[in-house]
Amino acid sequence: MTVTAISHRRRRGAAQGQGVAGWAFVTPVVIILGIFLVVPIVMALWVSVSDWSGSGSPFTAQVHFVGAKNYTSVLNGQGLTAQTFGLAVRNNLYYVLYVVPLQTALSLFLAVMVSRRAMKGRSFFRMAFYFPSVTSSVAITVLWLFLFSGSGVVNKVMSYLSISGPDWFNDPNGVGTQLFHLKESGWLATGNFLGIDWYQWLAGPSVAMSAFIIMAIFTTSGTFMLLFIAALQNIGEDTEEAALIDGAGAWARFRYVTLPLLRPTLYTVITLGLIGTWQIFDQIWIGTHGGPAYTTTTPAYMAYDTAFSGNWGKGAAIAFILFGIIIVMTLIQRLILGEADATKMTRKQLRLDRAQRAASAAAAEKTTGRAH
Amino acid sequence: MRKSRIAAIATLGTAAALALSACGGSGFSSTSSAGASGTASASANTTPLTILIGSSGTAETNAVNAAVSAWSQQSGIKATVIASSNLEQDAAKGFAAGKPADILYTSPADLATWAKAGNMYAYGDTLPNKSDFYAPLVKAFTYNNQFYCAPKDFSTLALEINTTMWQKAGLTNADIPTTWAQLDAVGQKIKAKGMVPLTFGPQIERVGVFMAQAGGSLVSADGKTATVNSAANIAGLTEVQKLLKDGTAAYSSTLHNAGWGGEAFGKQYAVMTIEGNWITGAMQTDYQNVKYKVVQLPAGAQKGTLEYTNCWGITAKSGNVGGAESLVQYLTSTNQQLAFAKAFGVMPSVQSAKAQWIKDNPAMAAFVDGASYAQNLPSMPGAAAVITDFDQKLPSLATTSPKTILDAEQKNLQAAINNG
Repeated sequence: MTVTAISHRRRRGAAQGQGVAGWAFVTPVVIILGIFLVVPIVMALWVSVSDWSGSGSPFTAQVHFVGAKNYTSVLNGQGLTAQTFGLAVRNNLYYVLYVVPLQTALSLFLAVMVSRRAMKGRSFFRMAFYFPSVTSSVAITVLWLFLFSGSGVVNKVMSYLSISGPDWFNDPNGVGTQLFHLKESGWLATGNFLGIDWYQWLAGPSVAMSAFIIMAIFTTSGTFMLLFIAALQNIGEDTEEAALIDGAGAWARFRYVTLPLLRPTLYTVITLGLIGTWQIFDQIWIGTHGGPAYTTTTPAYMAYDTAFSGNWGKGAAIAFILFGIIIVMTLIQRLILGEADATKMTRKQLRLDRAQRAASAAAAEKTTGRAH
Repeated sequence: MRKSRIAAIATLGTAAALALSACGGSGFSSTSSAGASGTASASANTTPLTILIGSSGTAETNAVNAAVSAWSQQSGIKATVIASSNLEQDAAKGFAAGKPADILYTSPADLATWAKAGNMYAYGDTLPNKSDFYAPLVKAFTYNNQFYCAPKDFSTLALEINTTMWQKAGLTNADIPTTWAQLDAVGQKIKAKGMVPLTFGPQIERVGVFMAQAGGSLVSADGKTATVNSAANIAGLTEVQKLLKDGTAAYSSTLHNAGWGGEAFGKQYAVMTIEGNWITGAMQTDYQNVKYKVVQLPAGAQKGTLEYTNCWGITAKSGNVGGAESLVQYLTSTNQQLAFAKAFGVMPSVQSAKAQWIKDNPAMAAFVDGASYAQNLPSMPGAAAVITDFDQKLPSLATTSPKTILDAEQKNLQAAINNG
């Protein structure tokens, strides 16, 4: 009894020492994060509600607080900035809508394929599929500009199939408009959300944006494939074998065994995908600078463009609105995937587990006590 | 290679900025009010200068470097030239840090934005050779009735004709169009031979010449009212639409995806194009065997073209405004401008260099002839966004009514003027 008390006390003292040492070790990182992360964010937040003109520090007497003016000029649906922002949100929404599901499905498919033991040259395929992810996005975008140019390889191949390809990166026509033969008239020309009418909301991604969508799926599926492979390796053979013995076919094994066990990874992949796709910037900056007809402008690109044309406040405001969009989208996704329930489940399991362990320990003590 | 060079330049720039902050006292801010007439409005000291340029290539960088170091030897003031690949971004960083370069290439639109923010030093009115600069250029760099900075050089748009293809279409020198009607007529003849008559980029920076030729402009003479949807501008844009619809003209982007008019012209996709004097450089390096001549643009209701220019802006926070002014005077002197013209094919911004320049470049006379009637695109803060918006809408001109496009931009430009 006394022995346990002493060791307990000694342990607590050690823990206190560890706490001090821990803080000492953590402090440099906290300071660095503060300088490079917290301070800039606070500065940007201030700029977004000020009339800072880009000269000198934003924290001087010449810079005034203007309230939500920058935010309303972006969101009120009137004027050039607001209309462009509406288009930017539309473009990015369609981009996310296509890229996230497709890249998740493709990366999962690739991961399952290259994880199969029976497959020959697995490591070659893994490397090949992962390659686009480690290549710089600059190089890939430039490659894409060549592939998808009016007289590029893609159109050449399409011409063999008797399809005359579009002039990809210069084609502002909406894919939705062309598929459903929409016209900017009637009720479609009415209505106004974020400064653009229903016709433009329904127009879908432009042909130019579609080229970017294909590129994003091509480059990022490799990254997420890696996450899925790691998760698949964690599942282990015995689970698979058990299912096999139970007489499950290949599809049933995938649908009812593998997929549920991949759920946490699926959640991670979709979250990362959502955040990444809303932040698309470099491809646009290199490829199209937001054109043609603003159809590849995204909020992130617009924030940069607006800020560096002298409207620092508006630029910062767009960045914070984008931050808000990402948060909301991630929350919605969390709600839909029901990850909240899943964590509750695991917590319950943990509790159950702990109770079980306590019970068995008590049982063990009882037996040893009886023995002595 | 390029990265490391940029890194080296950036290091140099930082070092120069540090040196500046070390040497430059705070007393210089008092010199930023415009002084009395003389060689310079402020007196020079020995603080080293940095010059930030957005160079078109090695030829320009080398020429500026040579001129600046010659001046340094003469004046005893050290000066460093930094070639930036993204001038506006680098300038913005400098302004935000409070240590901008002393002198930088400044476009009319940048001038308005930067001058409004109080970043620029106005010295134009004290220049001894102020009256030698072409009047439209002085106007381009006048903000709030102050002539801010000395125009570096300028370009105008003219009509380039591929003489080989011209002959192939059965045309002679007598057929060179001087009016819209003649342009239509030769266009029909060229089209009949299966060639594309005319090409230009789908931007207001090119299409705008037709609006100028119709007698229009985007803003009123006093710069207070937007006149984008004036009858003249509608007439000009309708003419462009007509040319596009009947196949007399095609946007360069639709001709095998050419990047600009010069590329489509150099690759002989079209017989004529509308470009500025920079096209001569591209023709020399990339398309040597294409024979062409440059003539003035055909007139609509009147002669019209657009001009582009940059100035040597001096920043208000410079530690050596006097030295910077004396360097700019050196760089814009008639002889130095002629040397620049020889080195990288620009047009001098002073009239006293005109005769010699035409003698040196007889084939390019049409460009300098345009100077007398050239227009500037609006440059007030916020106008750049309107220009961009124009450029986003003009590609679909063939299927959109000119009035719709102009009405929308009228609203946008007026808003920009009201905010400016």
